[in-house]
Amino acid sequence: MNPSNKRNGNMGPPAIEFHHVCKTYSKFDEYAVNDVNLSIEEGEFITILGSSGSGKTTLLKMVNRLYEPSQGNIQVFGEDIAAIDPVMLRRKIGYVIQQVGLFPHMTIAKNIATVPRLLKWDKEKTEQRVSELLHLVGLDPRTYEHRYPSQLSGGQQQRIGLARALATNPAIMLLDEPFGALDAITRLHLQDELLKIHGGSNKTFLFVTHDINEAFKLGTRVIIMNQGKVCQFDTPKEIVKHPADEFVASLIQSSREQERFWEDLE
Amino acid sequence: MIDYAIKHPDKWGNALLEHLEILFITMVISIIVAVLLTIVVLTSEWVSRVFIYVFSILYSIPSLALFTIMIPVTGLGTTTAIIVLILYNQYILLRHVIAGLNHVDQPIIEAATGLGMSRLQILIQIRTPLAIQTLFTGLRLASVSTIGMATIAAFINAGGLGTILYDGLRTMNIDKILWGSILSAGLALATNALFIQLEKRIYIGTGR
Repeated sequence: MNPSNKRNGNMGPPAIEFHHVCKTYSKFDEYAVNDVNLSIEEGEFITILGSSGSGKTTLLKMVNRLYEPSQGNIQVFGEDIAAIDPVMLRRKIGYVIQQVGLFPHMTIAKNIATVPRLLKWDKEKTEQRVSELLHLVGLDPRTYEHRYPSQLSGGQQQRIGLARALATNPAIMLLDEPFGALDAITRLHLQDELLKIHGGSNKTFLFVTHDINEAFKLGTRVIIMNQGKVCQFDTPKEIVKHPADEFVASLIQSSREQERFWEDLE
Repeated sequence: MIDYAIKHPDKWGNALLEHLEILFITMVISIIVAVLLTIVVLTSEWVSRVFIYVFSILYSIPSLALFTIMIPVTGLGTTTAIIVLILYNQYILLRHVIAGLNHVDQPIIEAATGLGMSRLQILIQIRTPLAIQTLFTGLRLASVSTIGMATIAAFINAGGLGTILYDGLRTMNIDKILWGSILSAGLALATNALFIQLEKRIYIGTGR
């Protein structure tokens, strides 16, 4: 995060920019991501909404170079990421996945300290940060620090996954359906806490989901994807008011119908 | 039968020590060779398949045949036995190393990669500790098989417990046959049990 950016609002380079980004997996002829052009400002909470196979996860994973675009380029704070060593790039970008992927042989503290250890922080600074992060995600450090991942519930594990990704205070966070495997109540709690974490920072969040409620609740702007293309990229309000195409309209329609179903029950 | 054990403690004691010596030297060198081969194998899927294939062919040759084939090359004795035993062990060890390192859950590897670990860091900090149980299973099977095959190595003058068995068979001495069998089987069983205990300890260490 550069300071001039904070002072002048959105005067700095966009946090993430996609220029004509396409992705094909050699086995398939179809585009998983097809000519995507997007500009995301620093501090935004962007949700990417789409069904499975829409290309939303592919789009996300190209930002930290887990996938490479077949065509086009991606810039992070004005820098073409193709020119950055992927390992170095990833250490500056938080990454959270649905299956969490905690390291089962390491304690919670050690899991959270993964990136600080890679960056060779000293012990004291790391310990302090770990305890700070556990507080941030609503877990008591003294209780959880020395436990192992298998001793935690699914919701608690994802809190640790979040803390681990936030460890070095990255300017960008990539979240791939992080709450997809959690029960409805835990999911709502974590959504609210994620909003709080985002609100207290100038971080840029990119959050993939297939749940329209989640996408519209969390996103300051929402990217709606279908068959590799971006159908619409706008604020939730604008999308509801002016759906860009039939797909978006039907998506909103389906959500409305569900609402009606609930009203009928009451 | 007990008489034999009491009268000739030096004979079976020496044979047991020789056997343990063969086991120890074989395992130490086997592990070093296996580590070196692992580094080569990890460079590509193709190389790993070729290595496994070659060692599986070697492994399928009966031990007495391989011992005998090696005599013109390295002569009679312990050295030849140890070389052959190391070759056999590579198949067991490599298979377990590759299986262990590759069977780490995909999301764990994805998270580690996404957080910015290099391939080497993932290998050392994630894959190896998570494979430790499988690696120990490989060590256990290799040790037990070494103890068994080292018995046969007495035929090429390698010494060890096989000598008692061989002498017993040649002179039809039941005591020797029995003690040779009991000692070699007992050593294999004890080694197996020891490794199983170690494997259990390591499991608890991961907090599961």
